[in-house]
Amino acid sequence: MGKRRVAVVGAGLTKFVRRAQETGPELSHQAVKMALDSADLKLKDIDMVTLGTAPDAFDGVHMKGEYLLSGAGGNNKPYIRNFVGGGTGVFAPIHGWMHVASGAADICMVVAEEKMSCCHPHPAGAFITIFDHTTEQPLKPTLIWIFALEMRRYMETYGLSAEDIARVAVKNKKNALDHPSAQVAEEVTIKDVLDSEMLAEPVHRLDISPSSDGAAAMILASEDVAKRLTDKPIWLDGVGWNLDTSYWATRDLYYPRYVEKAARMAYDMAGIKEPSKEIHVAEPYDPFDYKELHHMEGLMLCERGEAAQLTADGVTERDGNLPICPSGGALGVGNPIAATGLMKVIEIYLQLKGDAGKRQVPGDPRVGVAQAWGDLMQVGTVTVLRR
Amino acid sequence: MTIIKVPVKGLSSKEYERSLKVTWQPELQYAWDNGIAIGKYLEALKDGKILGSRCEKCHRIMLPARSFCELCWRPVDEYLPVKDTGIVNTFSICHVNWDASRLKPREPRHLPAVIEIEGASAGMGIMHLLGNVKPKDIYIGMKVKAKWKPRKDREGTITDILYFEPVRK
Ligand SMILES: [Zn+2]
Repeated sequence: MGKRRVAVVGAGLTKFVRRAQETGPELSHQAVKMALDSADLKLKDIDMVTLGTAPDAFDGVHMKGEYLLSGAGGNNKPYIRNFVGGGTGVFAPIHGWMHVASGAADICMVVAEEKMSCCHPHPAGAFITIFDHTTEQPLKPTLIWIFALEMRRYMETYGLSAEDIARVAVKNKKNALDHPSAQVAEEVTIKDVLDSEMLAEPVHRLDISPSSDGAAAMILASEDVAKRLTDKPIWLDGVGWNLDTSYWATRDLYYPRYVEKAARMAYDMAGIKEPSKEIHVAEPYDPFDYKELHHMEGLMLCERGEAAQLTADGVTERDGNLPICPSGGALGVGNPIAATGLMKVIEIYLQLKGDAGKRQVPGDPRVGVAQAWGDLMQVGTVTVLRR
Repeated sequence: MTIIKVPVKGLSSKEYERSLKVTWQPELQYAWDNGIAIGKYLEALKDGKILGSRCEKCHRIMLPARSFCELCWRPVDEYLPVKDTGIVNTFSICHVNWDASRLKPREPRHLPAVIEIEGASAGMGIMHLLGNVKPKDIYIGMKVKAKWKPRKDREGTITDILYFEPVRK
């Protein structure tokens, strides 16, 4: 049996906040309930559930999949947690796609949750364990190091300025003003970004997304079921993922070749030959502002080194020729890691349906791509959606 | 269906202070085995050498030393020391600690870098720190050399190299 075509038929999203009063299971429950309501389905209609959430260290809860089980609606169902670090949020629907495309499930609930605020004094501390315990941790690294190192390498390779990079934060924070889930939406200027606290040169505080709590959910269905449920199915037509070596210091950080490999896999599946022409709207992962540019290049939405110029020219604005992160992205909506990735896939779903409200990009977009990234700067996860 | 209203409100700092919560500070300790290849790598550091491994199939000299070539998927053929000099591939001047707390104004800044080590295959870098250099004088492409701890103080850890410092002519 070949692969079955898979559609998105519903979605739900909580607000992203610095500190939620709700627990992780409660956040998940809210997102799942909203997704069920949007598709006019009941939990009993869901065949299987897959849940994505990032490191256990944020919550200090081991077996986080089981901890979140009830909220995700997974009780007494085939349920599993998936995880590829920061790439998890876009991998979660890929995992759901496997369930439906394979014929194992007709309807699959995809949930992504993160509650980072449990970790004190700051969730950044939990990241020390991603570094090699013997050859790197004794140097007392912080997560920002790897971003600072990668950002400088990227800037140096193409001769980019701090302004070139900051422009992304300005755009995304502004876009997020129209997103009901947004945590850090605001009008800021390039100067505001460059005047914000210098954390690890060249990274300023406003170059970085916040830490957040939140959850997202999406319902996937097989073609026959989708056509029964909605007259406007959005197809999950391409999925791709790829991991590069964990010896991260041995590859040139200026270009995310693992994102390109993941994108090629997804584009081949979706029959996309010229991504820069055939893709109408994109949500690359933007935990740091330079990452949006880096990922636009890895996704082959432009030439290498060209993303900053397109941004300066307004091409990536919501009303530009190639809208990038019309949601407001991690920089504006917030960054509850796994939930952010799924929020991005949801944004593409809404954009293609024409249901993005004030955030709707013009031009009746029909094809969109969402992407996430993570682990030790080594994983790319990509989904292509089509109306 | 356009999403215009979403659940969850979020707590302000004040509300959060007032909210009831349970706190836990785990006191766990782990002992990580060094393994075969990194064990040799650490032994070599104690001896003042940076150890790589060589694969005859792809002709790479890899850092840090590893027991199998992950590209050719076969055991390495040899462990061999490379130089203790290198080129700065990228660097940062960091003003925060590992837990995001801020360095005090007079504390020296942390200077992490990726250093491509000479004698290994092109692009083989390790993450380490720079030192004995003014932050403003660091640049990509700068040649650096390991500053070792005195031999008697070395313990077979990555910190047996205190930092990499500029090679001054
Ligand atoms: Zn080899």
